[in-house]
Amino acid sequence: MAQPLIKKDDDRDDEAEYSPFLGIEKGAVLQEARVFNDPQLDPRRCSQVITKLLYLLNQGETFTKIEATEVFFAVTKLFQSKDTGLRRMVYLMIKELSPSADEVIIVTSSLMKDMNSKTDMYRANAIRVLCRITDGTLLTQIERYLKQAIVDKNPVVASAALVSGIHLLQTNPEIVKRWSNEVQEAVQSRAALVQFHALALLHQIRQNDRLAVSKLVSNLTRGTVRSPLAQCLLIRYISQVIRESGSTQTGDRPFYDYLEGCLRHKAEMVIFEAARAITELSGVTSRELTPAITVLQLFLSSSKPVLRFAAVRTLNKVAMTHPMAVTNCNIDMESLISDQNRSIATLAITTLLKTGNESSVDRLMKQITNFMSDIADEFKIVVVEAIRSLCLKFPLKYRSLMNFLSNILREEGGFEYKKAIVDSIVILIRDIPDAKESGLLHLCEFIEDCEFTYLSTQILHFLGVEGPKTSDPSKYIRYIYNRVILENATVRASAVSTLAKFGAMVDSLKPRIFTLLRRCLFDSDDEVRDRATLYLEMLGGDGEIVETQKDVKEFLFGSLDVPLSNLETSLKNYEPSEEPFDINSVPKEVKSQPLAEKKAPNKKPTGLGAPATEPSSGIDAYEKLLSSIPEFSSFGKLFKSSAPVELTEAETEYAVNVVKHIFDGHVVFQYNCTNTIPEQLLENVTVIVDPSEAEEFAEVASRPLRSLPYDSPGQTFVAFQKPEGVPAVGKFSNILRFIVKEVDPSTGEAEEDGVEDEYQLEDLEIVAADYMLKVGVSNFRNAWETMGPDFEKVDEYGLGPRESLVEAVNAVINLLGMQPCEGTEVVPSNSRSHTCLLSGVFIGNVKVLVRLQFGLDSNREVAMKLAVRSADEAVSDTIHEIVASG
Amino acid sequence: MAAFSAYRDSSPLVKNILLLDSEGKRVAVKYYSDDWPTNAAKLAYEKSVFTKTQKTNARTEAEITMFDNNIVVYKFVQDLHFFVTGGDDENELILDAVLQGFFDAINLLLRNKVDKYEALENLDLILLCLDEIVDRGMILETDGNVIAGKVATSSVDPAAPLSEQTISQALALAREHLTRSLLS
Repeated sequence: MAQPLIKKDDDRDDEAEYSPFLGIEKGAVLQEARVFNDPQLDPRRCSQVITKLLYLLNQGETFTKIEATEVFFAVTKLFQSKDTGLRRMVYLMIKELSPSADEVIIVTSSLMKDMNSKTDMYRANAIRVLCRITDGTLLTQIERYLKQAIVDKNPVVASAALVSGIHLLQTNPEIVKRWSNEVQEAVQSRAALVQFHALALLHQIRQNDRLAVSKLVSNLTRGTVRSPLAQCLLIRYISQVIRESGSTQTGDRPFYDYLEGCLRHKAEMVIFEAARAITELSGVTSRELTPAITVLQLFLSSSKPVLRFAAVRTLNKVAMTHPMAVTNCNIDMESLISDQNRSIATLAITTLLKTGNESSVDRLMKQITNFMSDIADEFKIVVVEAIRSLCLKFPLKYRSLMNFLSNILREEGGFEYKKAIVDSIVILIRDIPDAKESGLLHLCEFIEDCEFTYLSTQILHFLGVEGPKTSDPSKYIRYIYNRVILENATVRASAVSTLAKFGAMVDSLKPRIFTLLRRCLFDSDDEVRDRATLYLEMLGGDGEIVETQKDVKEFLFGSLDVPLSNLETSLKNYEPSEEPFDINSVPKEVKSQPLAEKKAPNKKPTGLGAPATEPSSGIDAYEKLLSSIPEFSSFGKLFKSSAPVELTEAETEYAVNVVKHIFDGHVVFQYNCTNTIPEQLLENVTVIVDPSEAEEFAEVASRPLRSLPYDSPGQTFVAFQKPEGVPAVGKFSNILRFIVKEVDPSTGEAEEDGVEDEYQLEDLEIVAADYMLKVGVSNFRNAWETMGPDFEKVDEYGLGPRESLVEAVNAVINLLGMQPCEGTEVVPSNSRSHTCLLSGVFIGNVKVLVRLQFGLDSNREVAMKLAVRSADEAVSDTIHEIVASG
Repeated sequence: MAAFSAYRDSSPLVKNILLLDSEGKRVAVKYYSDDWPTNAAKLAYEKSVFTKTQKTNARTEAEITMFDNNIVVYKFVQDLHFFVTGGDDENELILDAVLQGFFDAINLLLRNKVDKYEALENLDLILLCLDEIVDRGMILETDGNVIAGKVATSSVDPAAPLSEQTISQALALAREHLTRSLLS
């Protein structure tokens, strides 16, 4: 197959200018298509024109609606010709044009004639074309023929009908399901691919019936499977049956022997499918894994890149969960590092990094260094991430791994790659104390010559936090101050902040820092000057060296605990006045995505008393709305607004949902009502709330909605008083009461007199989670340490039997209504234990941190250890009460 | 691991088959999935596939690469680049079988003169070939002989720009293979 390259070039010189489609132009080809209408058809000419049309479509040319219709009608004329070649091109053309329903009728009879023709090739193709363009009504007409075709003795015809059935099942399931008997017969076909297509269709028809699938699978494992493709399908279905049977305890797994037998199949496709299925069995044992790993290992030394790739990719996945099982392949893997195919080499390396032991790390690093120079950035990132996890696994090896990272940091590379390296070094510094000093110096050297502003500022920030805590902070100052001299304004500003942090933490460095900061006062950029001035003022740079005050440290090191977008809105709303802007007034709730508002066609003008439609459910919008209502203005600052809770079923006469607004000593229910009956106008809409199951609440105010015309939402409010700062809970029943007036739909005029009426709504609950704000912390461990153990409460709970850990974790998160931190809400599958970190702010502005540890025992009983830290002992206790009663 | 990926209960699916020239331009392409809804998206995909693979040597054995959650198997002959794309959880060897079937069929239909010029000259055969290999993602056939046989039976056209003798030879061969595969 290998062709001498020179010859190719020669050919090209001769024919470079020639292509059968050179200078082809849509308009001209459409003109040419007129030959389709000739009384004496020239099949060859017509075929050529169709090829040209298909070429245009294939190159991305599009036909206008009119052009497509014209071509379609012209093409239908070609059914007159008996030429088989032309007929095939006609079929292709019709499929490409995907005609509309009224056009389909034109060709239906021709296609149906072909479906019953004597030429098998016509029949097969006519079936595929007709099923492609048909709709449900036509399908019932041709159903009889399709059923016959499925069991036709010609395999091409049968396959065409079966494959069309697979597609039709998506749009017309009830019709295709009637074909089960024929399909079942086709599964027994002696033609290899007919069996494959029949199996695929039969499984899709029965996929929701576990028992039927299980029976189908066990029948086939005893019978003959005639093609590798069908065998692969069977293996997939077997995996599904094993997974759904779910019994992973003692005893042999059903069908395991069959899968293992497939490892000795003659087709590589099947061997691989079986090996992969075995590695993905849930809770697979090492004894079950061994035969699969052995065949994959053989594939590793295949001459075919596809086979090597498939094997190494699967082993790579196995290495994540069963590293020991893959170690046997290490020698083969190492030889793959020099594989021509870089995807294979990268997969091999990352697998080795996962399976390697402590003693092989140094040797591996040497090999990788050579490899790194000639792969693309995207592969390098994968390698860097693998090295990071290796280092966390073998902390003693940090020296060689850190050296490796710093070496590649100095080499050429794009932003994403450099960022991956820097992130890795930062993580290593954080998790391996010994690595801190060398890691920080590597980062310092990197920013001496770093072209990415983002990375420079990130590193400077990190240096400011970690640098002062090292044994000799002074050695970093030079690197930082160099930034002030050499870099752009953004980097200079963050260098100034970093200097200030050193000054705040290390008293001995203060005089030198002050000198440096004073030089920054003459910077050309005002942000840099402002920062320098501010820090000099805060640190007392006017002479005497004093110990840095606590609130200054808080300002320098504390994290901003309000979402930036909320801060931005608050600042925009702030009007310059005597009263200074108070950062505590910024809402801390992370804004949820505004609900998709239903678009009401022809919005009628809103009623008089109703506030104008209120599209945003954001908390600042709520706050504005509530403070505009005099009855509620004395309630103080809004603590939290819940997401809307539906109180009616979908598509009822009146749609009502409620938003719970929590204040320190009050609760306001905002009922959002929509009238969905065009012939009605509602007036004086109120909600009668019965708090008999909510003892601690007392109604203080109610604000009716004067008028609720058709399809323009309005709000009515009810306010309750509750004990201050206490997370009172309770259940409320609701009745919508209103006066209904008939409306003449033609004029829109309402009648004078109305009738009083009521409408039962669903109950509404105030739960403990309503008093919790979801507020995340960026570094949980730091926050946990800072909070201190003063009000720590720890207890253990049994959660009883659960489906999975995931379910238990989600249940507790929802119960508490807190923000999961650091992605700990994600539970890896198959894990027996999990730690979840939550943070939030409880009513009364009390910060709460929760650490949940879950464990699953052999009987699927979940045990949980709950540790709470907060600034208030009572709140810590409350959290435990919530969990205990939930 | 299974929890993170959709279970593989479905039939193997092919997302597209591409035949590009040595500059990455389309000779014939067929998309079977909705991953690339517009022509611009398709062109962008073809460009990235082409640039990512052009420096590799896929002339003796089919090569493979993975990007954007897709597996691509490919093979080059003369100035033609063959590609088959599937999802990232697809069995690589099945995609390889599709590529091989496509490649063998083209080889038979173009009578071993596989290059861009011949491919464009016989574009009708190539389009029919794509139509016979995969139907909206479902694999119809992977045996190159059978595919070529199905395409060739329809091109009985004495005036085709091929010499009379070779076409009947090719046809006879393809028919023979077809019957054999049906009987086996």
